[in-house]
Amino acid sequence: MASVVTRVKQKQIAQLIDKEKRVDGRKPNEYREIKVEQGIIERAEGSARVRLGKTEIVVGVKVEMGEPFSDTPNEGVLTVNAELVPLASPSFEPGPPDETSIELARIVDRGIRESKAIDTGKLCIEPGKKVFVVFVDIYVLNHDGNLIDASALAAMAALLNTKMSNYEVEEGEVKIKSGYMQLPIKQHPITITCAKIGDKLILDPCLEEEQVMDARLSMAIDDDEDICAIQKGCAGYFTPEQVIEFSKTAKEKAKQIRKELDW
Amino acid sequence: MSEKPEKLIDKKGIRLDGRKPDELRSIKLEVGVIPNADGSAYVEHGKNKILVGVYGPREVHPKHLALQDRTVLKCRYHMAPFSVQERKSPAPSRREIELSKVIRESLQPSIFMEYYPRTMIDVFIEILQADGGTRCASITAASLALADAGIPMRDLVVSCAAGKADDTIVLDLMDEEDKQGKADVPVALMPNLNAITLLQMDGKLTHEEFESAVNLAIDGCKRIYSMQKEALKAKYINVKEEAEE
Repeated sequence: MASVVTRVKQKQIAQLIDKEKRVDGRKPNEYREIKVEQGIIERAEGSARVRLGKTEIVVGVKVEMGEPFSDTPNEGVLTVNAELVPLASPSFEPGPPDETSIELARIVDRGIRESKAIDTGKLCIEPGKKVFVVFVDIYVLNHDGNLIDASALAAMAALLNTKMSNYEVEEGEVKIKSGYMQLPIKQHPITITCAKIGDKLILDPCLEEEQVMDARLSMAIDDDEDICAIQKGCAGYFTPEQVIEFSKTAKEKAKQIRKELDW
Repeated sequence: MSEKPEKLIDKKGIRLDGRKPDELRSIKLEVGVIPNADGSAYVEHGKNKILVGVYGPREVHPKHLALQDRTVLKCRYHMAPFSVQERKSPAPSRREIELSKVIRESLQPSIFMEYYPRTMIDVFIEILQADGGTRCASITAASLALADAGIPMRDLVVSCAAGKADDTIVLDLMDEEDKQGKADVPVALMPNLNAITLLQMDGKLTHEEFESAVNLAIDGCKRIYSMQKEALKAKYINVKEEAEE
């Protein structure tokens, strides 16, 4: 039944987009309003809330000590996890992470990791033995589409807000000192997502548009305006021309958002 | 662990395994290798050894997943514990769950889903040995296995990666280039429809580099596409010979 309703809606939304209009009155390349608040959870080392229209994400960062990976003994560890909290949408269910939340976490992870946003070399305490582990937990609190861009922004905002304890090493023992230091950040990746509906591309799809999109494409753009991560999603396709066209749109849009956020 | 090579490409522009930047690894494709499966394929792509079995269209399990107007495509990408240097736990990792999803989404546009309502098609991918680019080789083989199962398709899906090793854009990254290279861009394509059904990237590329990497990957896809068609034909040529004996 749902699919019948969706097909009627799909036609309606596609017809609107053909006329360069959208269900919520935006232009094809227009984002919803972005609101960022930092430091909203005092218990976390870093935190942020991002609202993208009615989509709402909270990210908390915890920093703990742990072991490095054997192939990167001198680098700190980044772990990203996403929870689609059941209160955020009638379609979310309690339970272990499903493929949607795993994909979301891995897209955000890739943007941060591949842009080398965190200076993980500075998170090493004892090579091969002790490093700082940065846990980024994404909490979706209201789902109105484009969780990827909102989560990526919230994760970055939370990392920029992260303070960790000062420490010193005495005879192999790590001692916590008073005071805090800022988590070392080198890059500020911004992820831009488009949806393909009919033959047109629109940026920042809302939930209604996501329900009828054929395919989705996300690109993370770093401070040098280079591309550092891409993910295509959904069971549709893009032509090579659309991919190249979108890579240019994403670059422009990231530049604009970067300026607005002053990152 | 083996020593990390200093350079992935030498002064003459030759890669660690002796290939030129735009050269594919050797590829062997075989169709109809699992007698029990409705369709199957085996691929050797460099040192990758991958087996794909397709079951269906068959009854949906669990039943509530059934769709009234089309079939349900399920996909499981799984690495054997012995497929990599350090033993991999057989439990599905987050990486495998993500890859199962993107592989499914890369195959689905090629299938006439509406031909088989209230059924499901299972695609099982087993990585017996991994050598960089397993998702690409998996897609190439899975599409062949779907065709072998007799499922009506718009086109075969073929996949190949391009990337950046040192400062050169190269085709079809092998393990070392994947791990130590500067970027990896896997692409899946339906060549006759000019449709990209999988696109991912990690690393760092300028927009110009990205464009040439995508074009190089598409070129690689098209070369593998002709091998795919040959592999499908080969199965039926062999059957004919048997019947004549």
